[in-house]
This record gives sequence, C-alpha cells and structure tokens, in this order.
Amino acid sequence: MKVKPVNHAKAAEAFIEDTAHMDFHDERLWDLRQKRDEQMHLLPEWQDLRARASAIKEHTLANLPEYLEQFETNAKKNGIHVHWAADGAEHNRIVGEILEKHGAKSLIKSKSMVTEECCMREYLEPRGVVVTETDLGERIQQLDNQMPSHIVVPAVHKLIPDVAKIFAEHYHTDPNDNSAQSLAWQQRLAARPVILSADAGMTGGNFVVAETGSFVVCTNEGNADLSATVPGLHIATIGIERLVPRMADMGVFIRMLSRSALGSPITQYTTHFRGPQKGSEMHVVLVDNGRSHRLGMEDFWTSLKCIRCGACMNTCPVYRRSGGLSYGAVYSGPIGAIIDPTFNERKYSTLPFASTMNGSCTNVCPVKINIHEQLYKWRRVLAEHHELPFVKREVMHMAGKIMGQPTLYRAAINSTEAALSTMPRFVLYNWLNPWGKHRELPHPVKQTFHSWYKQNRLKTKKKEGEGA
Amino acid sequence: MRLASLPGVRMKIGLFIPCYIDAFYPNAGIATLELLEKLGQDVDYPMNQTCCGQPMANSGCNKDAAAAEALFVKNFAKYDVIVMPSGSCTHHVRDNFDAIEQTDEVRHVRENTFELVEFLHDVLKVEDFPWAEFPHKVGLHNSCGTLRALRTASMSELGEPFFSKPMDLLNKVRGISFATPKRPDECCGFGGTFSVTEEAVSAKMGADKVRDHHQAGAEYIVSADTSCMMHQQGCAERAGVPIRFIHIAEILNGARE
Repeated sequence: MKVKPVNHAKAAEAFIEDTAHMDFHDERLWDLRQKRDEQMHLLPEWQDLRARASAIKEHTLANLPEYLEQFETNAKKNGIHVHWAADGAEHNRIVGEILEKHGAKSLIKSKSMVTEECCMREYLEPRGVVVTETDLGERIQQLDNQMPSHIVVPAVHKLIPDVAKIFAEHYHTDPNDNSAQSLAWQQRLAARPVILSADAGMTGGNFVVAETGSFVVCTNEGNADLSATVPGLHIATIGIERLVPRMADMGVFIRMLSRSALGSPITQYTTHFRGPQKGSEMHVVLVDNGRSHRLGMEDFWTSLKCIRCGACMNTCPVYRRSGGLSYGAVYSGPIGAIIDPTFNERKYSTLPFASTMNGSCTNVCPVKINIHEQLYKWRRVLAEHHELPFVKREVMHMAGKIMGQPTLYRAAINSTEAALSTMPRFVLYNWLNPWGKHRELPHPVKQTFHSWYKQNRLKTKKKEGEGA
Repeated sequence: MRLASLPGVRMKIGLFIPCYIDAFYPNAGIATLELLEKLGQDVDYPMNQTCCGQPMANSGCNKDAAAAEALFVKNFAKYDVIVMPSGSCTHHVRDNFDAIEQTDEVRHVRENTFELVEFLHDVLKVEDFPWAEFPHKVGLHNSCGTLRALRTASMSELGEPFFSKPMDLLNKVRGISFATPKRPDECCGFGGTFSVTEEAVSAKMGADKVRDHHQAGAEYIVSADTSCMMHQQGCAERAGVPIRFIHIAEILNGARE
C-alpha cells in the first residue's frame, strides 16, 4: 500500500483556528528567538563561532569512520560498553537485551530524539518494561500519547489548562489548577518515586568526544543526571553524527547550544560522562538509522551538522503558526523538513513545501546549515521523483508552456483586461482557488503595463525613429 | 564582467516587468520606467517578455522553467543591464536560473540583472530625488528575497550593523517618516505557490504582518516587491486593517496621494 503524504496544510489550518493556542505558541517561540538575539549581541565573536562550529562538524562528518573508531577505542578504555545499531529495530533490540540481562523492568529516561526516531517506547512497553520520561515537557507528551512537537520544548503547543487536564487524568490532581508552579510540583511528586525505584536509566547525548571517549548531556531540569545515576545501569542512545574530535571543541558548541536554543548562556546542567559509576554499567548505543545514507547525499549531507538546538523552529514563521505536530514527523520545523524526506520520501514529500523559503532558519543556525537552500533542492528532487501532487505538476507544466510563448502569455494576461474582476485564468486555475479564502483578490486595473507602454512609449519611439 | 561597475559608461537598460505587475499593478511598472527616464537612462521594454521562470522553479518543476528562462535570455541578452522592480525575480535570475544551458549569453544576463533599489543605490548611486515628496508615515517591508538573498538591508538574524538600501533611498524623499513594526524582518507569508498550497498559514502570516505595521502607525506599507504587497493587501482588506500599499518606485518617482 502506498504511504499517504503528510497533510501539513490541513493540520496547520486546524492549528490556526484555535486562536488562543496559536497566538501563545507564536509569541512564546518568538520570545525565544528574541532572547537568542540578545545573547548573540553579547558575543561579538558570534559569527566566528558559527563558522568554527560549522567547520568542526564538516570536518568530523568528512572523517566520521575514523572518529567513530577513535571514540569506541577510548570509550572502551573508560569501561563503557559500545554498541552499534544500523537502524531503529537494531537499537531497540540492543536496548531490550541490555535491560533483560539486568532484569530491569522500569526505565527512566531523559529526552532523546533518537529514541523517538526508533519508536523505542512502543517496542519496550509490550515487552514488560515501563518507560518513564523525566523531562517535564516530554512527560506531558508521553502522558498525552503525542510526539514531541519541538525538539527542545516538546510540549510548547500546550497551554497550562491542557497540562492540568492531562495531570488530572493521570495523577488525579485538580483539573482546574492553573498554576504552572503547582503543576510542576505535582509532576515532581509523581516522578520522584519512579526515579528512586527505577531499575535502569537512559539518556541521549548532545555531544560525543572522540579523543576522550566521553559524551556530554545538556539539560535544564537535571533530569538527565537523575536518569544517568540510577544505580546499576546507564544506557545512552546517541546518533553517530553527534561526534566532535576534541574536548576543546566543546568550548565552541557549549557556548552556542543554549544561546541558540533558549537564549540562555548555558544549560543549567552540562554533564560530561566518562565512564560507569562504581558497581554500575554504562552502555553507549551509536545509532545510524539512515545517517550514513544521508552522509552520501551531495546536496543534503550537511543537515547532519545539526546540534538539535531548535533555533530554526523558533524563528520559522510557518512553524510558529502551524505547530510541530502538523509536520507529522519526529523532526518538525525547517530542520525536520529537510531531514524527514530522507526517512520516507513520499510520506514527507509535502514538508519541503511547508515553507516560504524566507531563509531566516539558515541565518540563525549555529552550524550554518543552508536549510532554505536544501528545501529548494528537495523540491526539485521530489518533482523529479514524481512526488508532487498531480494537479500542481500539471499547472506548473502548463504555466511553463505559457510563459515560454509570448503570444500565449499575452492572450492569458489580456483576458484580464476584458474581465479584470477575476484573476487571469491560468492563475486562477484549479488548485489556485484557495487564494480568496482568507484574502481579497487584487483589484482590476484599466490597462496592463504592456498596453500602456505600447500606447505611451512605442508610438513615441516610432515617431522619433521616423523623424530621424 | 559587469558593465554597470564601470563609471561613465552609458548603459542600455532592458526593463523587465513581472507578470503580476503587468496585470495588476501597472503603476509600479510605469513608475519604474519614468523614474529611470528621469534619471537620464536609456530604457527599453522588450515587448515579448513573459516571466523569469521563478514560479515553476520554486515549485520544484525546474524543467518547466526552461522555456521561460530561454525566452528571458532571448529578450534581454542584448542589453548592458536588466533592471526589474522585483527582488524575488532578481533573486531567481541571479541565483537559481539554471534550467537552461549556462552559455556566455546566459551568464551575461544573470550577472547584469539588478533589482531596482540595488540599481539606484549601488550602480547609479542616486543622491537626490528632487521631485519626490511623500508626507506620510510608512512601514518598509523588505521581501525575504531582498533581505536575505540580495542583501539590500541588514537582517536581524546575523546581528550585523544596520544598513538599508531602500531606506537610504526613501530618506531622500521630502516629508517621509517611518513606522517601526515589532517584527520588521518576519516573512509576510506570500511565498509564491505557498500562498495557495498553504493558504491558512500564508493568510495568517499576512494578516499578522499588516497588523504589525498598522499598530506601529504606518499609513502605507512600502516595498520593492509587489508580490508580497499583493498578498498583504488581500489580507489587509479581508481583515479590515486600514492600510495602503505602494511600490518604492512610485514614491521615488514622486507619487502624490
């Protein structure tokens, strides 16, 4: 059966109709963008940092096998078990086996986009492992059975009353509790016993350092540290592109990550993990899941530079007005729109079109990914692979023909002189009709520029020519 | 080689008027032509022109842009420079015009195509518009093409020192004043076919944009891109936001309203 493409436009329309949610979402994320700008202005070397961060990542990606092996060797020296997962299924199997070996039935974890990619919870839960998210936003999303709508602030599309309702259902709290502080307290009360009694802990990893065989986890809630220090077992699931060669490189990335993401100078907790605690095991699962394939894509490999700060989402005027869930994918917003089609071209064929290609994303990106240019390139690839809707393809084919022939074009434009209360037929044609749903059409004019020129300039030029 | 960079060379200018200006906003086209003539330029409008190919190329259908691009080159190769009152069309010709073979002729056209503001500011270096007076408060809308591709103004994303070529030009107009919207660099949501395929988001962005300018006290939104304004005007009228729209060429040409 053919996969249906995600209907971003329809989901976005529904999101916009809910004015209270949409306005909050837009303002909240725009506020993050502004805070990011303030931090940028405090660092005169910001553009230099971006260039360095980009260069480090490009160098690492160009030499990925060597650095991965270096990490593996050094990590093993540190007493870390290193596993390689080619895809989500292999990742889940590896994690399941480690847990089984330890007899672990309850797993607490911090936020990780890779485990979302692998659908790990869906794999582990039927096998008798209770998985509990410890990041507040991610926990809200888990309770509500939704994907994260943003890679840094996963429940940003929700308002306080939404959270109160979800907590009331699961934690039996007051559904009318409208205090963020008290709801956070409720989450703390519910989470602490689970954390204290957990059999195993899991984190992601923001950066993996090849020369030290260590990895770095950045959070603001400290929940990753709680998850990592569960006695007995810490599993870290990390994408293979998270690598940097040297510890010194962290001086660039740590300065940029939280400034780009939330507009704060640094994350509250920036923890370097170099090996297991006494009497515990530490496992790192390095996940490929399509990354090495993407690395071979000439136009799209630099998307692997992404450090998952979410700055492109915060600045994206389309994302702010459509919400992360409208992308129907683990990764939403501009970065999602260029990564998701590498997972499934047909399913995510609509996402590169969910953009005005305004370019703001590219210019806030701390690792200088040319996001909007990749969106443009994806459109071409998708058209060549016949992943455009039939009508759009036909309209463009017809428009291309008309635009290539002055007489056809003039006929189309001139019909507007006769019936200027409507748009030209070729513009109004078929799927172009939605223009008028929330907008007025342009006003009719008495004369096109073309006929004005003919009347007011060509005649004079002709006369001048005759006179001379 | 850009002839336009040589001082004292009398240039033959080919004027390109995009389809939506031709059909719906001829005044912007007329103002562009008259303004260039007032500045002593030798301007021609090739009658067989159609489109630069952007709508097809931006939709991914690059092959379908080939005929329009070939015709564009046929129409404009004989000119020293090509000037157009549109940032997005200039961006397409300069940066993405590759559906056809890149011959010397094609390269000449691509290298010598200018958006009107750039041409006035960087090439002609116009010091004065003695005929221009516009005693109104205006909100300047920089299209994303001019802002982030042609770079005619500084963008907030980079934290670079402020510069604005369109504002430099408008500052030479008597009586004009500027409103400062809260999000001056935010895209208005036109985005070509995006305006219909993502109608809801596009219209919401447009409504937000015109409200932002209106709340900042702008009587007019002025822009070098008519396509953005065509969309914004539609949104403003539907949302009942009382604001007017004018192309920068019209103000610089001495429009009185």
